[in-house]
Amino acid sequence: MAAFLGQLLIGLINGSFYALLSLGLAIIFGLLRVINFAHGAQYMLGAFFAWLLLSYFGLGYWPALIVAPIAVGLVGAVIERTMLRRLYTLDPLYGLLFTFGLALTIEGTFRYLYGASGQPYATPAALAGGTNLGFMFLPVYRGWVIVFSLIVCIGTWLVIEKTKLGSYLRAATENPVLVQSFGINVPFLLTLTYALGAALAALAGVLAAPIYQVSPLMGSNIIIVVFAVVVVGGMGSIMGAIVTGYLLGVAEGLTKVFYPEASNIVIFVIMAIVLLIRPAGLFGRDA
Amino acid sequence: MTLTLDIEKPKEKSPVVAQTVFLGIGLALLILAPLFFYPVFLMKLLCFALFACAFNLLLGYTGLLSFGHAAFFGGAAYFTAHAVKEWGLPPELGILVGVAAAAFLGLIVGYLAIRRQGIYFAMITLALAQMFYFFCLQAEFTKGEDGIQSVPRGHLFGFIDLSQSTNMYYFVLGVFVIGVAIIWRIIHSPFGMILKSIRENETRAVSLGYSVRNYKLAAFVMSAALTGLAGGVKALVFQFATLTDVGWQMSGEVILMTLLGGIGTLIGPLFGAGLVVTLQNYLATSEFPVTIITGLVFMACVLVFRRGIVGEFYHSRLGRKLGFEHRQ
Repeated sequence: MAAFLGQLLIGLINGSFYALLSLGLAIIFGLLRVINFAHGAQYMLGAFFAWLLLSYFGLGYWPALIVAPIAVGLVGAVIERTMLRRLYTLDPLYGLLFTFGLALTIEGTFRYLYGASGQPYATPAALAGGTNLGFMFLPVYRGWVIVFSLIVCIGTWLVIEKTKLGSYLRAATENPVLVQSFGINVPFLLTLTYALGAALAALAGVLAAPIYQVSPLMGSNIIIVVFAVVVVGGMGSIMGAIVTGYLLGVAEGLTKVFYPEASNIVIFVIMAIVLLIRPAGLFGRDA
Repeated sequence: MTLTLDIEKPKEKSPVVAQTVFLGIGLALLILAPLFFYPVFLMKLLCFALFACAFNLLLGYTGLLSFGHAAFFGGAAYFTAHAVKEWGLPPELGILVGVAAAAFLGLIVGYLAIRRQGIYFAMITLALAQMFYFFCLQAEFTKGEDGIQSVPRGHLFGFIDLSQSTNMYYFVLGVFVIGVAIIWRIIHSPFGMILKSIRENETRAVSLGYSVRNYKLAAFVMSAALTGLAGGVKALVFQFATLTDVGWQMSGEVILMTLLGGIGTLIGPLFGAGLVVTLQNYLATSEFPVTIITGLVFMACVLVFRRGIVGEFYHSRLGRKLGFEHRQ
């Protein structure tokens, strides 16, 4: 039972990262029609910025949680303005290829500068230690990751579904030309969206830093799994991306209890089954 | 009206002549190449060139971007290496085992992936290939991180000793030429025309009564099988099969080769593979990581060089004068 709950917890934590990352992918894809292959690299950048802030400027976890996403978001905005923007009129596959090249460049650079091995990042003092829940031991930081990422996911969903800015975003997803003719600055919305998606990835990266080691390869390991999550969920719905992220994280965690050998492929197997039964994805609208 | 005009227009020069001359020069260069270059380097180049040409059958002529072709390349390498080393099969049969395995894998991956289009297709192939990577990492016969080492090259048809690098080179060249000839035959057949129509306008192809799904699947399996041919030969050339060949980076590399050489051109991938392999060999001795260069070239190609080397040549004044048509 303890093993079961322990893996459930690990599943929820992985699920938090899947949810945050697939949420960002879905937001970017919704408006830009670009699959952001660099999403994993931006997640890695977030973790690395947190580590760099600590090592060189003595800025701890809490400032990093704000500074790193903003920095990565700005980098994203510059990339969108200068390069990605030119690809909107082309086949969406070029966007995927461009961001793939971007991911390779970023990952290669950090590998060159800091080596392939991971750097440890200490858990912030306020969240260190753990509590005994009676049936299991819960490290406080892990509980924080689950709660905080849930808040961020729901907050993002609320911004998109309930605010004026969100309504512009949704309208621009449906028909950018019409929205622009109403006097709304759609090119700026596109930049903002890409920056927001990149910042979400970086936020997930900062959250991940104390749990996993900060390594240049952490992004490419996770992005392919997140792609499978996105295929299962379908990118038509923001809430769908979030729910699928948590569900598959838990499924992966539980597989570790019952059949550990299959735990790193279970998400791909689920993807294959979903493709057979419901090709559009669980929440997908597009066939 | 325009149709009759086109037919009556006198042709300045027969494109066939120019193409035949180019083909002859190219073949002669490949036959003479071992006199000037290191044979293993050339064989590596030809294997990757065939890989990229097979990949281009799918991307360039059917319009499907597979991000998982490493599974077929590396998978075939594993199966060929295992068949030759453990079962003691002769090289030609070992390669056939690799091709069959790649085709079978292609059938499974293709059957699942063609259920979605465009971006999703790319993500599904990537995810399934990653699954195969984990399978190779854990399976018994692939020997995990070590890979299958010291695979014997054996005797082709029982009497040609492939451990001699000259023999091996001409064998690889023969396989390459046959592979490219098969691809040429496919894209110039009525079947290939239907593939191109799917690339240009899938909905229209459906409305014309073609079962697009079956055509896509057939193209996918053919591409996977030809990729397997390249992978199997590569396992014999280097005498090992490792995880590198099934990783997602390899899938990215073959896309880069095709993009750099020219998507949708028959011989473009040959030039792309040549450039990438040369670059890798050059950088292998230096400290500077290949990944950064690969990534930057990728970005530059997508932004400003989408036609690729051969595509740009076809599009240039000289190319058009020589009668190479190229439609993007």
